Formats: sequence, C-alpha cells, structure tokens
Amino acid sequence: MTVREEENAGTAPAIGRDELLTLYEQMEVIRRTEKAAHDLFLSGLVKGTTHLAAGHEAVAVGASAALQPGDYVFATYRGHHHAIARGAAPAECLAELMSKGTGLCKAKGGSMHLTKASAGMLGSYAIVGAHLPMAVGAAWSAKLRDSGEVAVAFFGDGATNIGAFHEALNLAAIWSLPVLFVCENNLYMEYTPIGAVTPVGRPAADRAPAYGLPAEVVDGNDVVLVAEAVARAAARARAGAGPTVLETLTYRHFGHSRTDPAKYRPAEELQQWLQRDPLNLARQRLTSAGVPEAALTAAADRAAAVVAAAVEEAKAAPPPDPEDAFTDMWADGGSAWRT
Amino acid sequence: MTTLTLSRALNEGLRKALENDPKVLIMGEDVGKLGGVFRVTDGLMKDFGENRVIDTPLAESGIVGTAIGLALRGYRPVCEIQFDGFVYPAVDQIVSQLAKMRYRSLGNVALPVVIRIPCGGGIGAVEHHSESPEVLFTHTAGLRVVACADAADAFTMIQQSVSCDDPVIFFEPKRRYWDKGEVDTAAGVADALPLDRARVALEGADVTLLCYGPLVRTCLESAIAAREDGRSVEVVDLRSLSPLDTEVITASVRKTGRCVVAHEAPVYAGLGAEIAARVTEQCFYCLEAPVLRVGGFHTPYPPSRLEEHYLPDLDRILDAVDRTFGY
Repeated sequence: MTVREEENAGTAPAIGRDELLTLYEQMEVIRRTEKAAHDLFLSGLVKGTTHLAAGHEAVAVGASAALQPGDYVFATYRGHHHAIARGAAPAECLAELMSKGTGLCKAKGGSMHLTKASAGMLGSYAIVGAHLPMAVGAAWSAKLRDSGEVAVAFFGDGATNIGAFHEALNLAAIWSLPVLFVCENNLYMEYTPIGAVTPVGRPAADRAPAYGLPAEVVDGNDVVLVAEAVARAAARARAGAGPTVLETLTYRHFGHSRTDPAKYRPAEELQQWLQRDPLNLARQRLTSAGVPEAALTAAADRAAAVVAAAVEEAKAAPPPDPEDAFTDMWADGGSAWRT
Repeated sequence: MTTLTLSRALNEGLRKALENDPKVLIMGEDVGKLGGVFRVTDGLMKDFGENRVIDTPLAESGIVGTAIGLALRGYRPVCEIQFDGFVYPAVDQIVSQLAKMRYRSLGNVALPVVIRIPCGGGIGAVEHHSESPEVLFTHTAGLRVVACADAADAFTMIQQSVSCDDPVIFFEPKRRYWDKGEVDTAAGVADALPLDRARVALEGADVTLLCYGPLVRTCLESAIAAREDGRSVEVVDLRSLSPLDTEVITASVRKTGRCVVAHEAPVYAGLGAEIAARVTEQCFYCLEAPVLRVGGFHTPYPPSRLEEHYLPDLDRILDAVDRTFGY
C-alpha cells in the first residue's frame, strides 16, 4: 500500500530557490551546532552524554519546512536537529547540553530531552518508542478539536522493534488520526545493524501495511524530497485521510553516542554516505538552480557566526541554581513539602 | 444522601467530572459499551458519546502514552487499567514520562492524567488480578498516589483527581466495589477534605492503626473487635499515599503512643516501611513500642484458595495491636 509519487503529484508545494537557500543555512546551523557539541564534549565541557544528529539534518529541516507552526513534533534522544529546526536557538540547546542555567530546560532535560513546547516541539524522548503513542494522543486532540493540526513522531530504525511502535500505529490507524510516523533509518540500532535484528528490509515502511497504513520510503538526505514527502503526508492527514508512515534513509556521521567511534561500520559504507552528505546535496541543488557560490559561502558563514556566538554564550552562562532542582515537580510549582 | 455501592459512587463521580469539563475523557479496555469489567463506567459512553468514552485496544502502554499526548494538548484523560497487574506494561510511560514531564519542561507542560487501577485481592482472582503495586508509584516523584476506601470518598476523590493538575494514580479497592455507603451526590467537592489529607476514620486512645484502600474496612472491624479486650484503637485512613499526610499521622501517634501499619502489599519494602521510619523519626519520644507492620508476604500473590492466608485479617491485625502492648 505504498503511496506512489504520481498519486500525490501536485499536493506538495514546490520549494523555491530562496527557500532552499534558507533550508541549506538551517542545515549548516545544525551541522555546526553538532560539531560544536562534539568539540565541547572533547574539551570536557559537556557533562553527560550526547547523541549527535550530524548527517540527519535534511530530515528535520525538510520536515519542518513542510509543517505549520501549530503542528506538534516529538523527537528522540537524537533530537538536537529537530529542536533547532522547530525554532530552538543553538545557544539554548548547547547550554542545555552543558548543564547551564540558561539551557532550554534549565539543564533538567539535558541532551536527550530538548523540549520547547512554545514552538510545538513537544519533547525529545530517551525511552525508545515511548513518544509514538504520545504523538497519537496529540493527533487525537487535533481531531477532537477539528483543529487541522498534525502530529509528527520522529524515531529511529531501532524503535520499530519495540511494542510502543506497533501499539501506536494500530491506535492511529483505527482512529484515522492526523499523525505522521517518520522513521530516520540510519542503518544502526545503536551499535547493531538494523538488518541483523529485523526480519524485513524496510523496518518502518514494511510494517505499515500490517496496520493498513500507507508508507513511503524517502531519501532522507535530500531536504527537498523530505519536504515534499512530509507535505504530502501532512496534506493527507489534514484532509482526514489518517496517518502515514515515512521511512527516511539517512546516516549518522558520528557514532551512537559520545563514547562510540563507530568502528563497526564498513569504511566503504561510511564513504558512500559521506558523499551523499545532505549539505552537499542541497548545495548541488542550489548550484544547479543557478545560485552563485558566493551566496552559499555567505549562508555557511552566517551559520558559522551564529554557532560561534552560541558556543560563547553557552560557555559564559551560569550553572543552574541548585534550588531549581526542587521546582516544577508539581502543579503548585514546588516539591519540598512532599519530601 | 443516597445509598450507593463504591463502584456506583465512582461512576457518579466520573459522570460529574464529564459533565463539569468537556476536556475530560475516559479511555480503556471495555470501558465503553461494556461499562468496564467492574461496571465503573457503566452507561457513560451511552450518555457522553464515543468521542468522550473510548474503547481502546488492549495495549496499556499505548493507552497511557496516548493519554499523555492528549494531556499535552489540554485534555484530561482518565485511563482505566482493567486489573492491577495489567499496569506493568504501562509503567514505563507512567514512570519515565508521565511523572517527569512537568519537571523537565520547567512547568510548561502539565499532564492532568488519572490512571484508575482496581487493586488488591479478595475476589479469588489470582496473580496479575489481585496485586498491590502502589509502592512502584509512591517511589516515583511527580505522581500523586491515592486510594479510596468507601463510597463517599470514591465519589469525591475521583472528581478531585480528575480536576487535579498533577498526574494521579487512583487505586480502587476491588473487593469493596460492592460495599454500600451513604453518598451526597448533590454536594460539590469544593468543601470536601482535600485529596492529599488523611482522615481519622475512627477515634481511639491506645493505639493508631494506619491503613488505606481495602484494609480500611478490615481495620475498622478490628478496632470494634478490640473493644472486647478493652482497647481503644484509632483508625486512620491515609487516602493519599504520596504525598503522605504526616500531620494527621503523627498527631494520632503522639496521642496514642502506639502504631500499627496495615496494607495488602508485601511488608518487605512496602509503604509501611516508609511510614514506620517517619513515625519513628518524628514521634520517637512518644512511642511506647516499635511501629509494627502487617501485610502480604514477600511471595507472588497466591492461588485463590490460599489468599485468605495472605491477606491481613482481623486476627493478624489484632495480634499486631496486642504486641504493641508487650513492650
């Protein structure tokens, strides 16, 4: 029941040259933020762990380009790119990673829980698959209110083997909810090739027919193709036609987490994917469209400046107030009276 | 005043909650057309429609996860977990997400979700259907955990739980569903005892018996039986297991000088351990005896013909009361 492209021709707005340049710049910001996070970690300034999304930029930026401000996004512990694509500033993200008081969640979330509810970024979740039913609930709220909003759950290939994935697809299907299940298939469930632990070739898309859901496999490194696929699925959802499963094919440039050099990945595979770097693909598209090299360089320079300033801002930020550890436990704002 | 079973009182309370707030939803396995296996939601789908009372698939993690998503967008879902032991597949959602979102989001996200759990034994329903998992949740910061013991409290506490902006784990004493009590269904909850307060269910002078949920009735019966031995037992219904109302607990123990905690859950690392420690810390100079505990054994819940040995009864509770006089 895979959606064929021709069936949906015309439902996606074409991405113009100027918009693509903006998307490219956003991807540069994310790439440089991830690189900065890596460097800060190596300098001992990130306490804890990080799961970098360098290589996945096109999924987040492409999807965000196709969504409305009122839509809801749920991401995973590898979610920095989604937070930034939805409007979180690199400085508040880096500050969160560095456990600073100016972090997105005043350091209560850390790298794995970037959340910006005001931007429709309804959280990053470190329990694999846990957020898929939540996206179903958010989509259900949109349906009950007839609001036209859609919910998007991003998840990795590994999440397709956990029960919550299957429960969520079933729930969304039976209630025909406006939710997009977007798999970022980067070939590895942490350290294990997904193919070694999954009986089907496309872990998300191949499971969708079991729930009567349409699915589409998308080049996750091409920001334009991602944006078009998400726009098609979102249009279906807004039209009351229910959920769609999108499986985007992408690749991590770093290992699973900070301690993983990812030596288990074949050198040829890595090389092939690095050649298909989403930033390179976007640049190629822009060049073909006649955008001069100087405009690309200027966009990259602006991104570099934003991230460099964000690093300095995060470094200079104060640590969290220890008293904050006792706030916002409860609806009354506190926690101390319940010790 | 109307005479209602505890189950019916919950039904009436849920009905009020649905009437008072269009954002209240009820969801769970067989809660709609059937009205729940214990008929707590009987008739609510018929009266409020299939958009507000929802028959879900059998998928506890999915039910609670979906409820969290709904709450994120301003709804107040009430999830029924069909039996206590069925909550375990949803524990991840409850512990890892429901309890922590407010904290993680700096208070920007409220999750007013109620998880209703019929709990405890006494109906011959064996393991998975007779369990008392309350300490899994009392140990988790960010959840309110409450237990009703009679029809009047069932009626008010379920309404208070639904209107509470914190997530609430709501334990219902399964074997007491059919117990009748007087309920003022016309009364609002504004003047009712707050959700986080304990209640002196029976005043006494010699020993404090702390209990909650299904054992409140057992403890009241024990207190009446103890009068034959000339002992005046004060019974405190804790009602709120997290937070604990230490004010009422310590006031009672300071008055009586003796304390017994009773619950169906295993004694080992049960709520009684926490209470005993707190009472000892806060009432040390008033105590005539150590705080004693009565509860289930540290075994799986036994087969139905053995459950009467497992569940604390009058004999075991009165034995503990007696022992507090032996120091």
